[in-house]
Amino acid sequence: MNVDVLNRSGIQPASASKVGIADCDVHPRPPGVGIGGVSKALYPYLSKRWQEHVEQFGMLYRQPWEKGSAYPKGQPQACRADAWPPGGSPGSDLGFMQQQHLDPNNVVLGILNPLTSGQGAQNPDLSAAITHATNEWQVAEWTSRDTRLRASLMTPYEDPPAAVKEIELRAGDANFAQVLFLSRTAEPLGSRKYWPIFEAAAAAGLPIGVHAFGYGGWPITNSGWGSFYLEEMVGHAQAQQALLISLIFEGVFERLPNLKVVLIEAGIAWGASLAWRMDRQWRKLKAETPHLKLLPSEYLRRNVWFTTQPIEEPEPREHLAEAIDWLGWDRVLFATDYPHWDYDDPARALPIPMTEAQRRAVFLENAKAVYGVA
Amino acid sequence: MPPTAPIDCDIHPAVPDLSALLPYLDDLWRDTVIRRGLDELNTISYPSRNPLTARADWRDGTGKAATTPQALAAQALEPFHTQLAICACLYGVQALFSEDMGAAFARAINDWIAREWLDVDARLRASIIVPMQNPELAVEEINRVAPDRRFVQVLLLAGADHPLGKRHWWPLYAAAQRHGLPVGIHAGSTYRHPVTPVGWPSYYTEDYVNQAPAIQTQLTSLVAEGVFTRHPDLTVVLMESGVTWLPAYLWRLTKFWKGLRGEIPWVADPPSSVVRDRVRLTLQPFDGPPDAAAVMRVMEHIGSDEMLLFSTDYPHWQFDGLEALPAGLDPALAQKIMAENPLRTYPRLNATIAALPGNGREETVA
Repeated sequence: MNVDVLNRSGIQPASASKVGIADCDVHPRPPGVGIGGVSKALYPYLSKRWQEHVEQFGMLYRQPWEKGSAYPKGQPQACRADAWPPGGSPGSDLGFMQQQHLDPNNVVLGILNPLTSGQGAQNPDLSAAITHATNEWQVAEWTSRDTRLRASLMTPYEDPPAAVKEIELRAGDANFAQVLFLSRTAEPLGSRKYWPIFEAAAAAGLPIGVHAFGYGGWPITNSGWGSFYLEEMVGHAQAQQALLISLIFEGVFERLPNLKVVLIEAGIAWGASLAWRMDRQWRKLKAETPHLKLLPSEYLRRNVWFTTQPIEEPEPREHLAEAIDWLGWDRVLFATDYPHWDYDDPARALPIPMTEAQRRAVFLENAKAVYGVA
Repeated sequence: MPPTAPIDCDIHPAVPDLSALLPYLDDLWRDTVIRRGLDELNTISYPSRNPLTARADWRDGTGKAATTPQALAAQALEPFHTQLAICACLYGVQALFSEDMGAAFARAINDWIAREWLDVDARLRASIIVPMQNPELAVEEINRVAPDRRFVQVLLLAGADHPLGKRHWWPLYAAAQRHGLPVGIHAGSTYRHPVTPVGWPSYYTEDYVNQAPAIQTQLTSLVAEGVFTRHPDLTVVLMESGVTWLPAYLWRLTKFWKGLRGEIPWVADPPSSVVRDRVRLTLQPFDGPPDAAAVMRVMEHIGSDEMLLFSTDYPHWQFDGLEALPAGLDPALAQKIMAENPLRTYPRLNATIAALPGNGREETVA
């Protein structure tokens, strides 16, 4: 729904970072694509049948618009005004991303999270074809050309057998760091429907990443659709709380004790409060969920990680450090969300008291441990 | 300093069974109940035998709790030395699909509460139950009941047909403001939509835990749609939905307001300050840290000592014994939570408190 009207040129260099960092939320995007459209950059990885399909029928989601997201974004393509490569679109050009972000910020590990890749598309076979193509594209255009980058394994997760097939195809391929979901699924994420996907991911040693947004067809509120993009953006925190509640109480982590789940772009400061609430209520109601052997908070602190961007900004900032104390510094992974408008600059995003060990954990070591990168 | 006699801002008298309301229904609806064989209107928010719905030692021989003012006084008022308690009757009249039936049952509940509870115990106040099926009918009910000044707020459930900030609801907020009534938004739902943004959960525990994030999305709606801007004297009380989520929620909301305020230009002040000025939260179920020493840290993050209102959530099982106040609260803050904050929140309490202790109706005092 956004129309690009600004003239963009030039690159604003970010402040150079001395220490290497992991950026756990970087968005590559095939050029010239909006939601509902499919970039021709994916055609080399699509059969003729699916190329013709998207030419005629497009790709439809559980939302109103043929192209564009449910709510108009705050900026064209929700991107930084300076993130347009000459003649291109944000996130489409590796060289530009290296120059603007990866090099000056000294990103030594970047997790790619493509968002317009067929996940949650209504047509399950199309969802499978586009996610498969996106995986091929990530390797060909990104990870094979920059060893700092790792791809997210995209799957048609609303069709679990097809998703499992795609995971098994890539198991052991070091180009892929995680299996990616969008947060707004058609059923709560802990539902048994999705268990085969979790089992396949765990068998392949891949964490599950869950990024904000999605097309499950349910409104953010418990009372229908809100009016504003702001409600959706704030609401990613509540949506991810809901899916985390589901993962924990449905017993996913009891069934798969080694499964790692990374919650991306939904906040970190709410984690402790939710853990307190879950424990308190579960103590009274646990007869309903006898499959749980640990406190809900124990699963959270064993199996779940949180990425920082968009980092909460309390006044005073020290309150955020306390919120992380309560959650655990080992749970927090730094992320910028490049090239989106609400990007967090690694030099400025965490103006809070941290020990050197905490800083290294948040900016690099936690990510290396979660993603198994040496 | 003698211990403050608390004002309990969330207690739940229970409709013992549907027949108790028959005297308060007109012929059409009384006949409907009998001829059509209506079931009880308990919702899936509080299934009758669920451990949370009523604390075991508060249940009577039939397994029910809070069905008489005598039981409520003996279990919820006297042990806590409660001076006033605000009733919020949770009987699923809001979830009926017929607007007319919803309105008839809301009227019946309000008249039943006035006659069989407020008339019996002078310490009790009540929330006006409204037919959420239709704001026009809800306003009619507010206007009908509000002259009885023992009704001190309008009660909504957190889950409804439409987000609570939408213009759909504004006539209701205008009516509440006109009568000096805060609007209480209580955990629970009419179940027109799933409680979560990702569909229906499998377990009751998930539904209940999700009441906190769900009410957060409603608070976002109220702020973003400009309900507080439009109704400068309206107070909203979030009930039985937790409190410690508030700081992280406000940090995120205020951050996105900074980035996206062009979308909602009518929200001129930072949401954190709007919410601290205009929103209050009942205490139980208190979702605080297990370490009592950290409780005051969380209170500092909330950033106001005026927001929390004492509640037992009787007869729901939120604590054992008399431990309604969480350990670790600073005594001065506890004092404010117990009486000062409720008195500031509910203007009508001040009008009647001078008459205490007393008996009988006090609407003439105001």
